[in-house]
Amino acid sequence: MWIYEKKLQYPVRVSKSDPQMAKFLIEQYGGADGELAAALRYLNQRYTIPDKVIGLLTDIGTEEFAHLEMIATMIYKLTKDATVDQLVAAGLGENYAARDHALMYNNASGVPWTAAYIQAKGDPIADLYEDIAAEEKARATYQYLIDLTDDVDLQDGLKFLREREIVHALRFREAVELLKEERDRQKVF
Amino acid sequence: MHIHHLLLELQALDFVLIELTLYLDTHPDDQTAIEQFNRIAKERAQHAVAYESEFGPLLQYGLSYSRYPWDWSNAPWPWQVD
Repeated sequence: MWIYEKKLQYPVRVSKSDPQMAKFLIEQYGGADGELAAALRYLNQRYTIPDKVIGLLTDIGTEEFAHLEMIATMIYKLTKDATVDQLVAAGLGENYAARDHALMYNNASGVPWTAAYIQAKGDPIADLYEDIAAEEKARATYQYLIDLTDDVDLQDGLKFLREREIVHALRFREAVELLKEERDRQKVF
Repeated sequence: MHIHHLLLELQALDFVLIELTLYLDTHPDDQTAIEQFNRIAKERAQHAVAYESEFGPLLQYGLSYSRYPWDWSNAPWPWQVD
């Protein structure tokens, strides 16, 4: 089961209302390489991966939900004081028409999240390479988001998330090596 | 509510623990890292007690205690903290 902890993994601060930046950040909420996709991808792959890497997929998958909450917090803080006119000017008029200030799992262009963004191949090496690629794509997206804002408080939270993608990719690479070692050992005996 | 130093310290301790957790997931034979993990886990548990006495429960389903009245539902929720 899962337990919710009533705190953010890392502090999220913003220095100004910025609905335009919030619209861009939705990419990491419900986009192809976003945090929802990451969490669901890893946790779903656990059931058919060798025991040696189930712990890693569980722990990284769980951390992704903490990142999802950080992104939601950024979007919430960047839009909570925005007027309807400001939302419309930022390209969030369609979102306002559908749901006021509420969040939804879609990408920056408004396309709803889909399970087609993720994979489970039943082959541990294929799955882990998918996971490494996902982390690298998320890292690149965080860099683009950092480039899109001059808000240093927001950049601080985004840089933390970018660094986490790097660590996750490293751990997944190590998991590939662990499985290869295990495979080679089985060939010897 | 502004971010309190007790929250920042908790987040710092948890960062060490999450890093060590992921590291140990792929380096299960590193005894020094496990000793560090267990030491910080103990420090974290003590720190969480201090945090909860000031700001209320971090966890529920019985993993944190409650004062009267039921204090789990009290704001601020994490996204409401400045």
